[in-house]
Amino acid sequence: MKFFWSSSKQTAGPAVLQRLTRRSSGMAEISRLLNSTSGDGLCVLDIGSTSANNIRFFTGMGHKNYSEDLLRSSLDPALRIQDSAGKTVVDSRKFLDENLVYANAHFDVVLCWNLPDYLEESLVKPTIDRLWSVMKPGGYLLAFFHTRDAGPDSICYRYHVTGADTLEMQEVKFAAPGRSPADKQSPRLQRVFNNRHIENLFRDFASIKFFLARDSIREVLVVR
Amino acid sequence: MDAPHTGELAHIGKSVVIKGELSGSEDLYVDGNVEGKIELRNHSLTVGPNGNVKADVSAKSVVIQGKLDGSVNASDRVDLRKSAIVTGDLTTQRIAIEEGAFLKGKVDIQKESGKAGSAFS
Repeated sequence: MKFFWSSSKQTAGPAVLQRLTRRSSGMAEISRLLNSTSGDGLCVLDIGSTSANNIRFFTGMGHKNYSEDLLRSSLDPALRIQDSAGKTVVDSRKFLDENLVYANAHFDVVLCWNLPDYLEESLVKPTIDRLWSVMKPGGYLLAFFHTRDAGPDSICYRYHVTGADTLEMQEVKFAAPGRSPADKQSPRLQRVFNNRHIENLFRDFASIKFFLARDSIREVLVVR
Repeated sequence: MDAPHTGELAHIGKSVVIKGELSGSEDLYVDGNVEGKIELRNHSLTVGPNGNVKADVSAKSVVIQGKLDGSVNASDRVDLRKSAIVTGDLTTQRIAIEEGAFLKGKVDIQKESGKAGSAFS
């Protein structure tokens, strides 16, 4: 697994919000599940940036949509603590006290997007473990991972569902704590997982499927 | 954005702090702090850009520009403007979300007949 450490170089200036279209095999599988369900509808958890497109897509099919922007939540300065070595880390216990607070076996679908690639190291495994707990057996989780071609300045995208197998990618920029709201910065890629590390991350899940694409993203569909 | 000009309108200014249950038979614009419960059965609630509401809300329509922490039950529609920061579950017939709005919670679309379905505007 490659790690990228934070850099003090940050560029200020207006956000350049690119929107790119991408076909997603993982989303196609999720859509098949969503379309095959009748009755009260499924519970879908989207842990990317709040997306009107996504809420429209899932509620339009009769499902309930839950939104939690975990990456933004993880940047809360109040979560920062010092570990025994004096290094500043994110308090995973406090993070999970305040986020992903749901009953066990609640969700049929979780859209993880690229969260594991950008989340603080101390939060990755605890977050995946929590997602396992709140998913129903047989539930699907879709996650995107950069391939090893990705460098530390890879653009962080948010994903909008625009069709059964189509996503629109939009660059993410956050206003860093303590900085002007106009001074938005893109989250930094924290690491690049290899396949073995991805399998290890989801070892408590029943099955895992990889989809490779021409861009530098691997789609991973896991079943709880 | 200005407060809506739809007939009678009660206005809570940004320096006002209210704790308790609010109910009424007119539209309400909140730009201050409200903690408790808000019930405006056939009327609209607007949370202004300075508004900070920690309450469960029941109204016909709800427009949020500021902060709301609580569940929202809107018999007609919910509008999240780009400056909205909402933590809580939304149950409504229709919903509109501007780019930039933040939502942490559930969206449950319930048509008047009780059936869920597409209701995005």
